[in-house]
Amino acid sequence: MIRIANGQGFWGDWLEAPVRLVEQGPIDYLILDYLAEVTMSIVQKQKQADPLLGYARDFPPLIGRIAAKMKERRVRVVANAGGVNPVACAREVKRLAPELKVAVVLGDDLYGRVDDFLARGLELKNLDTGEPLSLIRSQISSANAYIGAFPLAEALATGADVVIAGRSTDTALALGPMVHEFGWKPDQFDLLAAGTIAGHIVECGAQCTGGNCIADWQTIPGFANIGYPIIEAEPDGTFVITKHHGTGGRVSLETVKEQLLYELGDPRNYITPDCVADFTTVRLKTDGADRVRVSGIKGRPATPFLKVSISYLYGYKATGTIVYSWPDALEKAKKADEIVRARLLGLGLRFEEIYSEYFGANACHGPAAPGIGQPAEVMLRVGVRDKNKKAVDRFTREMIPLVLNGPPTATGYGDGRPPVREVVAYWPALIPRGEIETRVEVVQ
Amino acid sequence: MRVPLSRIAHGRSGDKGDTSNIGIIAYNEKNYPILLREVTPERVKAHFGALIEGRVERFELPNLGALNFLCHGALGGGGTLSLRIDAQGKTMAAGLLGMEIEVNDSELSR
Repeated sequence: MIRIANGQGFWGDWLEAPVRLVEQGPIDYLILDYLAEVTMSIVQKQKQADPLLGYARDFPPLIGRIAAKMKERRVRVVANAGGVNPVACAREVKRLAPELKVAVVLGDDLYGRVDDFLARGLELKNLDTGEPLSLIRSQISSANAYIGAFPLAEALATGADVVIAGRSTDTALALGPMVHEFGWKPDQFDLLAAGTIAGHIVECGAQCTGGNCIADWQTIPGFANIGYPIIEAEPDGTFVITKHHGTGGRVSLETVKEQLLYELGDPRNYITPDCVADFTTVRLKTDGADRVRVSGIKGRPATPFLKVSISYLYGYKATGTIVYSWPDALEKAKKADEIVRARLLGLGLRFEEIYSEYFGANACHGPAAPGIGQPAEVMLRVGVRDKNKKAVDRFTREMIPLVLNGPPTATGYGDGRPPVREVVAYWPALIPRGEIETRVEVVQ
Repeated sequence: MRVPLSRIAHGRSGDKGDTSNIGIIAYNEKNYPILLREVTPERVKAHFGALIEGRVERFELPNLGALNFLCHGALGGGGTLSLRIDAQGKTMAAGLLGMEIEVNDSELSR
């Protein structure tokens, strides 16, 4: 049995979680998931500005902080912290923790290969719309293939203490150590599916140990000291989800089920680079306090393609807010929205989209929100999006004047004009597997 | 009698682009048939009204006593394009759990 713990559900997750996982109990592997789609375009921009950047900058200092304990307790780290510059990330880790052996997985970054793909007739059509990539060629800011668990296992086979990947899938971070330790083969689909689903359960960190749990949330103990998840993985593909003794939070059938369903599409067809996992085969059983045993998982062969995530500059957006107190807070906010829209129209401004929400009334659930009587206050939030930056910028000047020239009791304008933000959009596509060749390097 | 769905179920929601995924789970698996009967794609779409522009698909996970709904066009463009505060549909499960369902006293287990 090996213990694989996840200490980071996204770049920005709790800094203390990975440290506590290493210090507060036994684990064999610490995995850290840093990359979201939005992250890839941010790190690509950082690398363009400085060739020594372009990775998750929280990661090297974390390794510096836990390096001694990792050595003492023989804990190995697998992380997709490399962004678009895994080698630079690895060098910084080596600088802060020279005693550790560090390997990188390369080959997922396709940013420099897009023109070659297009020239060879690979259209990289948008999976949702069917449009060819050539439509947005000049706006592309990053392009990465999602890679699976086998390159990570290959990197672990070098004996590295730290394995740094770029755009590996979140689930591969958990499956990679299982493939390495148990010698699972690419055609053992049930085992690969089991490791993939284990990875899915822990990939959002504390979201399977009581965080963001709707079931009986008031009774979940010790949020301040919440334990992050640990997979106790067996060579036969069964596993237990648990957390360190003495930590807060909860591992129960409810917390695990909620996370199983998170960001799920068709449950029979969970497609990864390693296999297609079937969530309708998952069997759960309570296995003592804060322990859930998972078994029965079936999988099928992977598809002949890898998913590619391409980011591109789409346009601009801004959102402005203003607060109205009672009485009649919602009526005032609606009147203010009417006024802003009339003024934008009067200025001749058109937007691809303009959207208004009423916080305190129905912003989250729209028509599904419960009826409200007389809310104490309502915040109007108006957002616009367009390809024309000037129009969006002009909009940002139209909210604050309402304080003096609109309905009464307006407040909450203290932050001034809202910023205009770039909208980086995503272009999902597929690429034949043969186009992507990963390789492992040990970084000195 | 009419009760909110939250009486017999919990859940979690997330996003895939402009699609909101809402997982609804029976606290007691004996109540799963009630979910199957009461929480239809049509009722989910009607519950959220204009918030869901596209169609609603339903997938069954009897092994977990759960249903997974994919609500297409429910996130104002999704991801970074969306102008909504809940651009990733994080609160959609709570919204659906507020929907009223029709149950008989005798069939309720908790």
